[in-house]
Amino acid sequence: MKELDPIVVLAVFEEMLGAFLWPLVAVVVLGLVAFVVLLARERRVVSRRLVGAEALGVLGGVVALVVMAKVSSSGFTDAGGPADWFLIAAVFGAGLVGSTILVYTLAGWWRAWRGSVGPG
Amino acid sequence: MTPDRQRIIHAAAPLSRERRRFVQILGGMAAGATLAPGAAIAADKVKTKARIVIAGAGAAGLTAASRLAQALDGARITLLDARKEHFYQPGFTLIGAGIKPVGYVVSTTAQYVPAGVELVTESVAEFDPQGNRVVTSSGKAYAYDFLIVATGMQLEYTMIEGMDARLIGQHGIGSIYHGPAAAHATWQAMSAFADRGGRGVFLRPATEMKCAGAPLKYTFITDDYLTRRGQRSKAKIVYNANNKVLFSVPIVSEKVRMLFEERGIEVNYDRVLKAIDPGRRIATFATADGTEEQGYDFIHVIPPMRAPAAIRQSPLPWQSGAWAAEGWLEVDKGTLRHVRYPNVFGVGDIAGVPKGKTAASVKWQVPVAVDHLVAQLGGTTSAARYTGYTSCPLITRLGRAMLVEFDYRNNLVPSFPGVIAPLEELWVTWVMKTMALKPTYLSMLRGRA
Repeated sequence: MKELDPIVVLAVFEEMLGAFLWPLVAVVVLGLVAFVVLLARERRVVSRRLVGAEALGVLGGVVALVVMAKVSSSGFTDAGGPADWFLIAAVFGAGLVGSTILVYTLAGWWRAWRGSVGPG
Repeated sequence: MTPDRQRIIHAAAPLSRERRRFVQILGGMAAGATLAPGAAIAADKVKTKARIVIAGAGAAGLTAASRLAQALDGARITLLDARKEHFYQPGFTLIGAGIKPVGYVVSTTAQYVPAGVELVTESVAEFDPQGNRVVTSSGKAYAYDFLIVATGMQLEYTMIEGMDARLIGQHGIGSIYHGPAAAHATWQAMSAFADRGGRGVFLRPATEMKCAGAPLKYTFITDDYLTRRGQRSKAKIVYNANNKVLFSVPIVSEKVRMLFEERGIEVNYDRVLKAIDPGRRIATFATADGTEEQGYDFIHVIPPMRAPAAIRQSPLPWQSGAWAAEGWLEVDKGTLRHVRYPNVFGVGDIAGVPKGKTAASVKWQVPVAVDHLVAQLGGTTSAARYTGYTSCPLITRLGRAMLVEFDYRNNLVPSFPGVIAPLEELWVTWVMKTMALKPTYLSMLRGRA
């Protein structure tokens, strides 16, 4: 617990997630690339789609907290100090931002795909 | 070491100044600017034909094997241990708390043995440091140039009159230390107690022990279960300290005293369990001026601990003082090198050093011992020192723990100062204990953390 060397952190995550680590990293990287490409293609942020994605993102944040509670065999009534609230905020934030980007990107590409194959 | 042996050890080309500087920076990053011998040895392998025997393939033995395999080229490394299963011992408390299943802590030793290291599934029956060899239980002798003693310790249940490890899980007797199955049996006994209430008796032995936080943790966990199940008012919880403190680090001891007081946990000092009568459910404690009988509905027995017989019967333990009788290895507390046999190192539970028989101690001891050994093989010296650092995520209730980290001097040495306060009961510390500790431990075994 005394170090935060990136190599050590990677080793620890490999042990924690096993075979899931690299597929998970791939999903995150591909998702981000798809998001950036979408932004570049559309040259703007579609605010209507963003609001919808953010609404679902809130749900994603809640899901992240539930998963965290499950895997750590605990609940959020266990929070006892500022570091705990910070962690809860960080987990919720990661869930919110991650799922917002995911939903926004999926919706954007879905629309682009529909636009290219369907009428109008 | 004889001149002949020295001749067969080929020193690697010394590290270039730039590379040395680079690994120092890396080391500084890794260890919070203290020392990181692991980083220094990872840069270049030392060529050698040295024979290295590691006695014991627990946390310390496997970590040493991994680090030596990474640092040396051509060494003959032999790992000796009769047990084929590997136990993640920091998880025993979580099994005893009903949080994790038995399988959570069980794996096999073989899966952590690095390439190039020979695993012999036999224990060492005789240590002969004068003759630079060990003899296994089958009578086979292994000569060595360097010996790393990582045998761990022995739990001596039978030194408590009337006690036998087979009683764990019966007659209200629990003991999470004895192994995964015993930890589970303890959970069942404690859970039954938490459903009914009654008198819960907790204690620790008067010997050195592994994870000195566990007796306290299990007391807190039992208190919490009683509270959650609405039986706390029907229960009395008594903690018996072996001496006049609750923990060897004074500031932590005082914090635990305050928490015990807050939770209504009664404390007796100077109580050492001498005998147990399972039929009558009576525990007899030695006190400062005689004995005292305590009835119980649930008792968490923690046995005396000492070095394995093969170590105690060898010249390796301390020759006088408190650790002589228990047989802990006479090593320098900074370098982990044996005081009388310079080609012998002692790491992990067997090391006769003032603090910490924990996995966290292993994590910080082994790189130091290995660095000294490798430096010697490379014809240099090492400045690495073990400061006594150890850590204990002290569970104070389900879902919360205090991240207590300290050193030989009883200083608190928090890893995350200003973020995770060492004496604060936090969920984030519990999350570390339940999620991050095991992956960190497994990375350590593989020499990666």
